Amino acid sequence: MARKLYAIRIMFRGTDSMVACPLPRRDTGFMSAVASQLALRVKGLQKAYQDVVAVKGLDLEVRAGECFGLLGPNGAGKTTTVEICEGLTAPDSGDVELLGMHWNSDAKQLRQRLGIQLQDTQLSEKLTVFETLRLFRSFFEQGPGAAEAIALVQLEEKTNSRVGNLSGGQKQRLALACALVGDPDFLFLDEPTTGLDPQARRQLWDLIEQFKSSGRTILLTTHYMDEAERLCERVAIMDNGKQIALGSPRELIASTCAEHMVAFSAGANSLVLDVPALRRIEGVRDVRSENGTVEMQVTELHLAVPALLAELTRQNIPLTELSTHSATLEDVFVALTGRHLRDE
Amino acid sequence: MSETTAIPDVRARTAERKAPRGRVFAEHPLVQLTVVRFLETLREPEALFWIFAFPILLAAGLGIAFRNRPAEVLKIATVSTEITQSLQREKLLAVEQLDLQSAEEALRTGKIALLAVPGANGSVVYRYDDTNPEGRTARMLADRAVQQAAGRVDPVVSSDVLMREPGSRYIDFLIPGLLGMNLMGSAIWGMGFTVVDARRKKLLKRLVATPMPKQYFLLSYVLSRILMLVAEVGIVLGFGAWIFHVPVRGSLLDLAVVCLLGSLTFSALGLLLASRARTIEAASGLMNAVMLPMWIASGVFFSAQRFPDVVQPIIKALPLTAAIDALRANMLQGANLVQLAPQVGVLGAWLIFCFVVALKLFRWR
Repeated sequence: MARKLYAIRIMFRGTDSMVACPLPRRDTGFMSAVASQLALRVKGLQKAYQDVVAVKGLDLEVRAGECFGLLGPNGAGKTTTVEICEGLTAPDSGDVELLGMHWNSDAKQLRQRLGIQLQDTQLSEKLTVFETLRLFRSFFEQGPGAAEAIALVQLEEKTNSRVGNLSGGQKQRLALACALVGDPDFLFLDEPTTGLDPQARRQLWDLIEQFKSSGRTILLTTHYMDEAERLCERVAIMDNGKQIALGSPRELIASTCAEHMVAFSAGANSLVLDVPALRRIEGVRDVRSENGTVEMQVTELHLAVPALLAELTRQNIPLTELSTHSATLEDVFVALTGRHLRDE
Repeated sequence: MSETTAIPDVRARTAERKAPRGRVFAEHPLVQLTVVRFLETLREPEALFWIFAFPILLAAGLGIAFRNRPAEVLKIATVSTEITQSLQREKLLAVEQLDLQSAEEALRTGKIALLAVPGANGSVVYRYDDTNPEGRTARMLADRAVQQAAGRVDPVVSSDVLMREPGSRYIDFLIPGLLGMNLMGSAIWGMGFTVVDARRKKLLKRLVATPMPKQYFLLSYVLSRILMLVAEVGIVLGFGAWIFHVPVRGSLLDLAVVCLLGSLTFSALGLLLASRARTIEAASGLMNAVMLPMWIASGVFFSAQRFPDVVQPIIKALPLTAAIDALRANMLQGANLVQLAPQVGVLGAWLIFCFVVALKLFRWR
C-alpha cells in the first residue's frame, strides 16, 4: 500500500513542473527555518480500535498560517487523526509535534493555545449563548471576552437566547466562538458545516475566511470537496486511514484529472454502450460508466463534445442529461479511488 | 513562497501569553462551572419538583395518613342482650347486637373486631383474630367490662396520665427518613443524570479539550450540590417543624455536618454510578438498582429493625441507613457527633471508597 502512495507523489512531481511538490522547494540552508514554521508535524501515526484500524501510518505537515484540509469520506480516519492531534486520543504509535510541543510533556501550554471544534458536540441547552461563552472563556488565560466572541461569529442578537433555541447554523457558529475565546494559534475544525443548509454553510465559510486572514493556522476536516476548495491552501485526501494525495486543490485537480468533466446518462442502453470507443475520442482522458451514468475526463471540451455526440449517434444510443463542469476535488477523489465520496 | 511573510511570530505570542494577569473572582473557572451547574439545575423544572416539592408532598400525605388520632372506639358485636348491657359500660367499645349469622359475617369481613357470644353455664366466649391488634385490644376491654359488670373489684387502684408529645409520633420518625431519602435521591440523580447526559452529548469531551482543570469540573458539582443542599434540607426541616412540630433536639451544626457528609457520600456514589455509562437508560437502571434496596431496607418509612437479625449488619453498613440513623438520633434524641461516630464512620468510608473508584473509572468521552 505504501508503494501506491509513493507512486501518487511521484506522479504529482512528474506531471506538471508548475506544481509545487508537497514540501516547499528551497535551498538546504533554508530547511531549518522551514521546519520551525511548521505548526503541526505528524509522523507514522497509527491507531486501531477493537474492530477496525482507523489510521494506518499517516504523515502530515501543516505550515504555520495556512488552512490545511483533511478530506475524505466518512470512516476515512479524519476524526481519529484530528483527535490524536488535539490530544484527546492516544495514538498506538507515531509522533505528533504541535506548535513545537508534544502532548506528553507540554499538554497544559498546548491546551491554552488551541481552539477546538469537535464533530457534533451538543453544548448545554439550558444555558444562554453568553453564559456558554463566559464559561469557555474562563478556562483560558487570554482571548476575547464573551461579548467580543459573540460579535466575531455574528450572534449578537442571540446573546441571551438559550442554546436549545438556536438553529443548526447558529449552534455551529457558537461552537466556533467557543473555539476562538482562547485566541488560539491553532484552530481545529472537525466537519464544521456538516448537516447545515447551503446558506448557513456559506455564512460559516465567510467567518472561517476572516479568521484565516488573521494569520491563524487551521486544520479542517470535511467531506465536502467544495468546502476544501474554497477554504484550504492545501489539502490531504484520506481514504481507509491513509493519505492518498496531497497538494493545493488546484494542483490536485490539474495533476489527477483533466480540466473538464462531461457526464451523460445512457439510461437503459448503458449495457450496450461501447465504452472503449468513447475512450478513443480525441481529447478524452478517461471514461467511467456506473449505474447508467457515464463520466468522462476531457481536456479539450470543444473537440470532445461534438465527437461524443457523433459517436453516440453511430452507436445508436439516445442521449439524455448531458452536462459538463470544471473538474473538482470530488473528481480527484473519484479518479484516485474509483468511488464517490458519498458512497457509504 | 509568499506565505512566509504571513506567518505569525509564534514565539513572540508565547512570551505575551506568559504575562501575569489578575483574575476577577467571577472569571475563575471554578466559579463559572459552579454558576453554570446551578443555573442548569434551576432551569430544570422537573428536577426542582423532585428535589423540593416531592418530599414535602410525601411528608404531608404520610403525616396526615398516620397522624395520631384520639384513642379509637372499637366496633364489636354480641348476640345477647345481657352481654350487650355489660359491655356498654366500656366507652372505648361500640357494641352492636346482631343475630348470629350477620354477626359472624361482620367478623369475617372485618367490620367488627370481636364477637362476644354466651357460652355454657353463663360463661362468655370471645371470637376474634388474635393476629389483629384491634382484636386483642377489644378482647381485653370487653372482658374487663364483662367482669366488672359481674361485680369484680380490682385490688389496686390505678389512674392514667396521658402524654402525646412531639418526638415519638410517626411523623417524627418519618421526617428524618424523608430527609435522608431526599439527600440520596437528589445527589445521585443530580450527579448521575447530568454527568451521563454531558458525556452522551460529547460535552465532557469538549470540556477536556479546553485547558479546564478536570478537578474543577468535579468540584463544581460538589459546590453546586452544597448550595442546593441548604435549600433542600431547610425546606424539609422547616416544613416538618412548622406543620407537624417535628423537633430538632440535637445541635444544628451537627445536623448540618451530617447532611453535608451524607450529601457528599451520595454524590460520590452518584459519580461512581455515572462514571462509565454512555446512555441515560443505562445510568438510570444502575441508579435505581442501587437506590431501591436502600429505600426499602434503610428505614425511610419503617424501622430497619423489622428485618431479620442476620441481615442487620448489612443494613447497618448501607450509607442511607447510616445517614437516616444519624439524622434521627440527632433530631429525636439530641445525639451529638461523638455519639454518631459509627454512622459518620460508615458514611466517610463510603465517601472515600466511591470517590476513589469513581476517579479511576471515570470516562471523559
